[in-house]
Amino acid sequence: MRQKLEEIRERAAKELEAATDLAAIEELRVKFLGKKGELTAILKQMGGVAPEERPKLGQLANEARGYIEQIIADKNEELQKAALANKLVEEKIDVTAPSKRRKLGSKHPLTIVLDEIKDIFIGMGFDIAQGPEVEWDYYNFEALNIPENHPARDTQDTFYITEKMLLRTQTSPVQIRVMENKKPPIRIIAPGRVYRADTVDATHSPLFHQIEGLVIDKGVTMADLKGTLELFVKSLYGEDSQIRLRPHHFPFTEPSCEIDVACFRCHGAGCPLCKGEGWIEILGAGMVHPKVLENGGVDPNVYSGFAFGMGLERVVMRRFNIDDIRLFYDNDLRFLEQF
Amino acid sequence: MNLSMKWLADYCDIDVSAKEFCDAMTLSGSKVEGFEKEGEELKRIVVGRVEEIKKHENSDHLWVCQLNVGGDSNIQIVTGAQNVNQGDYVPVALDKSVVHGGHEIKKGKLRGEVSEGMLCSLGELGLSINDFPYAIEDGIFILGDDCDKTLGMDIREAIGFDDTVVEFEITSNRSDCLSVIGLAREAAVTFNKPLKVADKAALKEDGAVEDIIKISVADADLCYRYVGAVVKNVKIGPSPRWMRERLRASGVRSINNIVDITNYVMLEYGHPMHAFDLRYVEGNHITARRATKGEKIVTLDGGERELNENMLVIADDKKPIAVAGVMGGEFSSVMDDTETIVFEAACFNGASVRTTAKALGMRTESSARFEKELDPNNCMGAITRALELITILGAGEVVDGIIDVFPTPKAPSKVKFDYEWINNFIGINVPRDRQVSILEQLGFTFEGEMVVAPSFRNDIEHPADVAEEIARIYGYDKIESTPLSGVSNAKLTPKQAFVKNVNDALLAQGVSEIQTYSFVSPKVYDKIMLPENSPLRNCVVISNPLGEDTSVMRTTAIPSMLDIVSKNYNNRNLVASFFELATVYSSNGKEQLPTEKQKVVIGAYGEGVDFFEVKGIVEEVLRKMYVFNYDFTAISDRVEFHPGRTAEITVGDVKLGFMGEISPQVQENYGIGTRVYAAELDIDACFEVATPDVKFSPLPKFPAIVRDLSFVCDADIPVMSLQKRIAAAAGKYAESVNIFDIYQGKQIEKDKKSVAFKLVLRSNEKTLTDTEADDAMNRVVKSLAELSITLRS
Repeated sequence: MRQKLEEIRERAAKELEAATDLAAIEELRVKFLGKKGELTAILKQMGGVAPEERPKLGQLANEARGYIEQIIADKNEELQKAALANKLVEEKIDVTAPSKRRKLGSKHPLTIVLDEIKDIFIGMGFDIAQGPEVEWDYYNFEALNIPENHPARDTQDTFYITEKMLLRTQTSPVQIRVMENKKPPIRIIAPGRVYRADTVDATHSPLFHQIEGLVIDKGVTMADLKGTLELFVKSLYGEDSQIRLRPHHFPFTEPSCEIDVACFRCHGAGCPLCKGEGWIEILGAGMVHPKVLENGGVDPNVYSGFAFGMGLERVVMRRFNIDDIRLFYDNDLRFLEQF
Repeated sequence: MNLSMKWLADYCDIDVSAKEFCDAMTLSGSKVEGFEKEGEELKRIVVGRVEEIKKHENSDHLWVCQLNVGGDSNIQIVTGAQNVNQGDYVPVALDKSVVHGGHEIKKGKLRGEVSEGMLCSLGELGLSINDFPYAIEDGIFILGDDCDKTLGMDIREAIGFDDTVVEFEITSNRSDCLSVIGLAREAAVTFNKPLKVADKAALKEDGAVEDIIKISVADADLCYRYVGAVVKNVKIGPSPRWMRERLRASGVRSINNIVDITNYVMLEYGHPMHAFDLRYVEGNHITARRATKGEKIVTLDGGERELNENMLVIADDKKPIAVAGVMGGEFSSVMDDTETIVFEAACFNGASVRTTAKALGMRTESSARFEKELDPNNCMGAITRALELITILGAGEVVDGIIDVFPTPKAPSKVKFDYEWINNFIGINVPRDRQVSILEQLGFTFEGEMVVAPSFRNDIEHPADVAEEIARIYGYDKIESTPLSGVSNAKLTPKQAFVKNVNDALLAQGVSEIQTYSFVSPKVYDKIMLPENSPLRNCVVISNPLGEDTSVMRTTAIPSMLDIVSKNYNNRNLVASFFELATVYSSNGKEQLPTEKQKVVIGAYGEGVDFFEVKGIVEEVLRKMYVFNYDFTAISDRVEFHPGRTAEITVGDVKLGFMGEISPQVQENYGIGTRVYAAELDIDACFEVATPDVKFSPLPKFPAIVRDLSFVCDADIPVMSLQKRIAAAAGKYAESVNIFDIYQGKQIEKDKKSVAFKLVLRSNEKTLTDTEADDAMNRVVKSLAELSITLRS
C-alpha cells in the first residue's frame, strides 16, 4: 500500500507535467482526488490494514493528497499566468494611431491674456470695475480735464451718438464713475472695449480693448506707481524684464509718464521689433490730476493717486507674434485653435 | 519737430554724441523719435577743380576733364555734362565712392578714355535747387562762393550738408518746445548747461512806422495781441546758405529771403509770422476782426473760402487779407516786385484758430501751432528777430518803430512752492536748492512762497505741475520704487465669477470663444428678417460712422454670430461651435444712456451637430450657472429661427433666452450651406434665478427600485410635460424620471408616439418593497390614463 501511494504520487506529478490546459488539470484532479479517484480508492482499502499500521498509513495518504493538491494548484497558476501573458500579447494596439479626442473649446487670445492680467492685479489687491461703453462726453473728456476744443481731442477721433453722447475712446471715464461711487481707498482695474474712428488696417481697428487702472489713498506717491507697475510688468513679462518711465503728457494725470519695457528681442540694443529704440511702450500712467480727483468728488488735499492705461491688443499681438489686428475679429477657427 | 543740431548750437553747447543727446532728452520729457545725419550715405565725394577740359575723341557729347582733388596729381574724369568749364569747382565722386541712392561709383573706361570717378549734380548729392538756387537742375553742381573751395575737402562739409537732424515728438501741452529756443532750454537744463539767449530789445518804440500803417484789434477775445512792423525798399532774393541749410534740416523749403525769414523765426521762436505786401492793404489799416457771414477770401493756396462770423480775419478797410493764424490771402502775399512789407507777429485764441481751420478744412503749420495756445509775450521777440534778420540779410530797410496792440495781457500763472510736498508727492528727496535751480533753468521765477511760471508755459496751474518739472529733470529713473502699502483684499464680484463660469462651461464643451464688433450695419436686421416694427430695430445710431457696416450699435448679437459662422463655413471649416459674451445696446433716447446688457450667444454647425446637441450645451451652461428647474417651451414667433425647432428657456416667469435652428431663409441670407443652430441667454436674467448656494445631500444608503414604462401618446405632446407628470404621480419616492426612447413608426398608430421612461424609486429611510413600487407605478399609469395615455402593450 505504501508503494502504491508512492506510485500514485509519481504518476500524478508526471501526468500533470504533461497537462497543457486547465481542462486537462481538472481531469487529473478528478482522476486522483475525486470521490471515485485513485487516492480515494486506496483509502477505502484502509480497512484491510493492520490497526497499528493505520495511523502511519493515514498520515502518508494525507501527505500524498496534500502533495497532489499543491502541484495541481501550482500548475493551475502556471497555466493562468501563461494565458494572461498570451492575452496581453494578443491585445497589443498601435498607440500611435489617432485619438478619439473630446475637444476643449479655445479661449479667444484676447481673453487668455486679459485673464492673466486680471489675475495679476487681483493678486495685488485690485478689484475689477466696469463702465458703460456708450458714454457721456462729460465722463470721456470733460471730467478728465479735456475740455471742448482741447487739442488732445484731435488725436482721439471720436464716434458720436449725439453732441453729448459718444462711444468711449478710452477706459478712463471709469475712473470718474468709480470715484463717484466709492470712497477711497480705491484700487481697481477696468478692462473694456473702446472705440476710435480709425480705418481698419493691419495695426488699426475702430474697436479695441484697454485696461485702465486707478489707485487712490492717502499718501500715494509716484514711487508707488513705479513700484506697482514694475511688479505688474515683471509678472507679465518675467522677473528679468526691465522698465523705464519716460515723461509724457496726458490731460488727466500730472506728472504723466509712459512706461517702456526693454525690447524682448534685443534687450535694449535696438532691433526692428522695437524700431531701433531698444524699448517698447506698453503703458501710459501718471499721478491723478487734482482736477480729475475733484471731478470725481475726491479731495485732492487729502488724497492722491495714480492711474494707468494700456492697450490689450498690442500686448497680445506681441505675445503670440500676431501680425494683423483684424485676425482677432475675424474669428477663423484655424486662428482660434492655435491658442 | 525737426531740430538742426547746428542751429541748437547757437543757444546751447552740447558735447555728447547724437545718441546720448537723444536718450537724455527723451528721459527728461522731450521724446526723440530718431535722428538722422545729413548726407550720411555719401562716401568719398570731394571738392575738385577743373584744371583742363577737352572733347572726347570718340564722342560728340562727352568731355574729358583733368581735376585737381587736392592730391599730388590730377585725376581724369569723363563727363557728359555740358555746363562744366575750366576753373570750376565741382563735387567729385572718386573711385569706390557712393552717391545719393546708394549707387557706387567705380573707376572705368568710357569709349577708351579712363574715368576715375564722376562729377555730381545736386540730385546725385541728395539735394535740389531749393538748396542752391544758383545751380541748374540738369547739370553738374558748380560750387558758388557760399561754399568752401578747399580742394579735396569732403563735399558735405564744403557745402554745409553735414548737419544732424533730431526728430522730436512734442506733446500738446508744450507748444513752446516746437521751437529751437524751446528745445535749447530743455537741452540746457537736461545737460545742466547755460542757455545762450540774447535778450533783444523788446521795447515798443515810436517811430515812422505809425505814419505808414495803422493797426487795430476789434475782437480782443480772439486776438490777444497784434504786433506789426514795416520794412521798405525790400529786395526779394535768395537767402544765404546758412539760412537755407537750417530750413532744409527743419523740413522747410527755401522760397525767398522774406518768406524764409518768417519761417526761420517761426522755427526759432515757435511763433508763426506773416508778411503782407503793403500795396494790397487798402486804407493802410490792418484790423483783427470777426468775419461777416458769407464774406469770402482767396487764400494763398488759391482756394476761395467762405467765412462766417465765428472766424477771425485780418482785414484792411475793405476786405479780409488773411484768415487769422491759418493762412494769408493770395493777393496780399509777398511777390517778386514787392517793395514794402508789413510783418505780423500776433497771438490768437487757440480754440478759435482750431475751429476755423477745421471748418475750412485747412490745417496749416501756423494753425497747428496757434491752436495749442501760444505765448503773447513771444510776439515782440519774434518780430525783433525778424527785423534783425532783414538787416543781416540786407533784404530791406527797417522802418523805425514797432506797433504793439496788446489789449489782453496774459496774467502770469503763480503756484505755491513747497519743496517738501513735492518730495512727498513724488516719493523722492531732492533738496530745496536743487529744486529751485531746476525751476530757474526752466524759466520760472520766485515771489515769496509762490513760483511764477514763464509766460510760454501755459500748462502750469497746480503744485502737481511744478512737481512734474522737478521729477522729470531730476529723473524718473532715479525715483525708487515702493510697493503699495496697506492690505487690500480683492476678488471677482459674484457676477464676474458667474460670467467666468459660463466661459469655462462652454470651453469645456468644446465651444470656442469669439469677439465681434459691437457696431453693425442696420441691414443685418433685414438679413435676419426682423419685422419693420421690431423693437430690436431701435438702435443707438453713430452720427459719424466709418461706414454703414459699422454704423449702429447692435441690439442682438445673433447677426454677429451668423457672420462669423458664415466666414468659417465659407473658409471650409467643416464643423464648428462658437460662443461670444456679447454686449448689446438698447436705446433710451437722447437724454439717457442706452441700456447695455450682456448676453451669451452660441452658434454651431456641421456634421453631428443638431438641435439636441446644442440644447445639451445650453443645459450644461445652465447647470454651471446653478440654474435649475428651467423649462424649454416651443415658440414660433422668432422670425430668424425655424418655426418648428425653437424653444424659449424660462424659469417660472423669468425669460432666460432662446435657442433653435436658424431659419433656412436666414441661413441662405448669410450664405451658409448647412443647418445652423444658435442660442442666446441673458446673463442678468440667469444670474437672477441662479441658486449657487449648494448644500450637500448624503449619498443613498438604501437600494433603488428601477422600473421601465412605455406609453403611447399623441405625437405632438411635449415629452417634458409627461416627464413632469410621471414624477409628480410617482410621489415622494421618485428619485428621477428619464426618457430613454421616443419612437414613431410602423408599429405605432399614425400621429402617435411611444415614449419610454426609466423611473427610479428610492427611500432615504428604508429598503422599498415591491408593493410600494407597484403602488407608485399604478399611480403613474392612472395619472396618464386621465390624459388618455396608455401603457404600450
